[in-house]
Amino acid sequence: MTLQELRPGQYARIEKVDANQPGVVRLMVLGLIEGVEVQHANSAIGGDPMEVSVYGTAISVRKQQAGCFRIAPLDSND
Amino acid sequence: MTDASTVYVPIEKIGIRRRASASIAVIGNPNSGKSTLFNRLTGLRQTTGNYPGVTVEKHSGIAQLGSRALELVDLPGIYCLGGFSTDERIAVDVILGRMEDTPPPDGMLVVLDATHLYQGLYLLQQLMEMQLPIVVALTMTDVATASGIDISIEVLQRHLGGMRICPVVATTSRGLEDLKAALEGIADAPAPAFPESWPELSRTADQLTRESGGALQRIDVIQALIHPDSKRAAILEQRLDGTSLDAIRESLFGDEPPQAAEARHRYRWVREVLKEAQSQAPMLDRFGARTLRMLNRPWPATLMFFAIMALVFQAVFSWATPLMDAIDGGASWLGEWLGSQLPAGALSSFLTDGVIAGVGSVIVFLPQILILFLFIIVLEDSGYLARAAFLMDRVMRGVGLSGQSVIPMLSSFACAVPAIMATRVIPNRRDRIATILAAPFMTCSARLPVYALLIAAFVPDRSFGWLNLQGLVLMGLYLLGILGGLATAWLMKRSALRGPKPQFALALPEFRWPNPQTVLIKLMDRARVFLRRAGTVIFSVAVIVWALAYFPRSDEIRLDLAAATASTESSWSGPGLDQQLQQLENEAAAEQLAQSFLGRAGHFVEPLFRPLGWDWRVSAAVIAGFPAREVVVAVMGTIYAVGAEAEESSLVTKLRTASWPDGRPIFTLPMVLGLLLFYAWCLQCAATLAVIRRETNSWRWPIFAWCYMTTIGYTGALLLYQLGTRFA
Repeated sequence: MTLQELRPGQYARIEKVDANQPGVVRLMVLGLIEGVEVQHANSAIGGDPMEVSVYGTAISVRKQQAGCFRIAPLDSND
Repeated sequence: MTDASTVYVPIEKIGIRRRASASIAVIGNPNSGKSTLFNRLTGLRQTTGNYPGVTVEKHSGIAQLGSRALELVDLPGIYCLGGFSTDERIAVDVILGRMEDTPPPDGMLVVLDATHLYQGLYLLQQLMEMQLPIVVALTMTDVATASGIDISIEVLQRHLGGMRICPVVATTSRGLEDLKAALEGIADAPAPAFPESWPELSRTADQLTRESGGALQRIDVIQALIHPDSKRAAILEQRLDGTSLDAIRESLFGDEPPQAAEARHRYRWVREVLKEAQSQAPMLDRFGARTLRMLNRPWPATLMFFAIMALVFQAVFSWATPLMDAIDGGASWLGEWLGSQLPAGALSSFLTDGVIAGVGSVIVFLPQILILFLFIIVLEDSGYLARAAFLMDRVMRGVGLSGQSVIPMLSSFACAVPAIMATRVIPNRRDRIATILAAPFMTCSARLPVYALLIAAFVPDRSFGWLNLQGLVLMGLYLLGILGGLATAWLMKRSALRGPKPQFALALPEFRWPNPQTVLIKLMDRARVFLRRAGTVIFSVAVIVWALAYFPRSDEIRLDLAAATASTESSWSGPGLDQQLQQLENEAAAEQLAQSFLGRAGHFVEPLFRPLGWDWRVSAAVIAGFPAREVVVAVMGTIYAVGAEAEESSLVTKLRTASWPDGRPIFTLPMVLGLLLFYAWCLQCAATLAVIRRETNSWRWPIFAWCYMTTIGYTGALLLYQLGTRFA
């Protein structure tokens, strides 16, 4: 499963990042790397770009780049 | 004989205001409260200059501390030393001492946002590699506490090798005295220890620094490894003949971009530090403010975006109007008064129609420009700009740009000059230039008087239901501008500016109330830049256009006017003498203009514009409009002998009856529509050209923009006229 498929409100842990795809390095510099917990917090109309929250910071991620982040969804009933 | 250790202190160093003894770079993430803190520390003792060869302004100020004064240099907010955008590259170059005319800093004040320590510590870690003393200001501690984030300064300090960390609340000055005390000793503080997040890189960098024989510093070596295409990399390669950097890179970074490996290593360290120093990893839910989340949902947020833009336009166009009318009225009153005080002649005309009208045409735009700048700054400082870019990204992607082009594009509906200045946030140079080329197409406020005149004169005031034909034509012109701009961006991104798709990775800050002092300082700063850059151009242009329309003077026309005036005065009986005299004067002015340089130019280029249905008068007015389109209505007023300050209705009448020598009307519907299209698409604004040249740092783009826009404006008008006359 990739970040693309994470539903709004859901949490996940990033498992693997494909850094060779264009635009991904910039997101890694903002802190989207393996091991961190993220939430799909929001999106623009049509679901693209999505707003991904990591350590309290919201980051805008385009759908295309979201596909480069393999994730494992977490239970969000906290 | 004097003792060598005796130091004579110059008198000016004894006063309360000392000269800056060291230079400190102020660095932090965007929206970390860095500017507000900078303003708190320096007060109003700031200067704005320019870094050579780039467009980013250099902000520096003097901070008076107890025993010494420090020069603080405020740098653009950055997330890393990678240098993705112009702003980021400037910041990096200044910190690394690569900027001409700017000595490398003696120390750094790193601003960390307590609510976004994650990204802040990443940058801090990169900065720690530089071996410069660092003082950390931890801002937003009040917001952090309110959101349940507890940060242990001691633990943080331990991980950062004992670096001074001062919690501050910049808006209320809490903690400011501690910070000042820490800054006072910064120049003598030891450089921080190297971070231990990536021992392999550290070892390699140490080794290569030794091998390079002192040609490069350790930080340069790290940068050279991480950025293979940089100048430093080439120097290092040269120094280490024999050793392959590529092999070293492969062992360090694998087959992925070096910055990806760097991010993994450094963020791993950041997470370990945060695990110990921060008691709660804050997730978005911490605010629990349902309403805020509701408003951030896709549809409400998009609707709100349009509502905010509507408010901005409302402000720019209607709130500024009374002020603009007052300035306009004031300038013409002053001109008339001065004209009545001076003997008629070149000097009087130069002062009234040249200088006063020129200054007037600069300051008449100020209310709009200031209101626009104010909104841009408030949107920027409240964090909304990023959100607007986020919401509109999908739309802009259609033409090959990203959401970051939205605000510059929208701003250019008021004026392209601030809009082009606002493109600096766009990281990619190609995207930035495409946006700059698209911006002048948007219908700016200077186009409106021409549109209003021609529409009122030649588009029937007819209604279809609640739709008015004149309104429809005006809307069509706005759409033409948008279409022209977007098509241009699309074409450029597919040809000359072809490149990888724009990256769009952006932190979306929470909403924050902007600090009024910071907003005001920024506003004055940008107003100054506008007056210096655009104001001087607009003023000179006004004077040049005046000279072209005034010289050469024909004595014959002047004498004829005197004779006609005298004979009218003696023979006229009854009311209306003043009107009659005014009429004679206006006709003489029109004749003078006809044989002036401008009039001759109109005659000269008439053959070129004849296929568009324009006579020499229209051609002359259009030529006068090339440096500044807003003068066109006044030139038309003079050329059609109704006076430059004439009521619109009398000019409308003149235009309607204007005809070719054979009696055919000049202003036919196809010709007027063509003329409107020409105005919509032509780059008739020297100030815009000057700003494009400044922002792109080359003549290539303003020249291209001018030729390109003039060509399509001409072609469009030609097609409309020719097809319109043939088929209508």
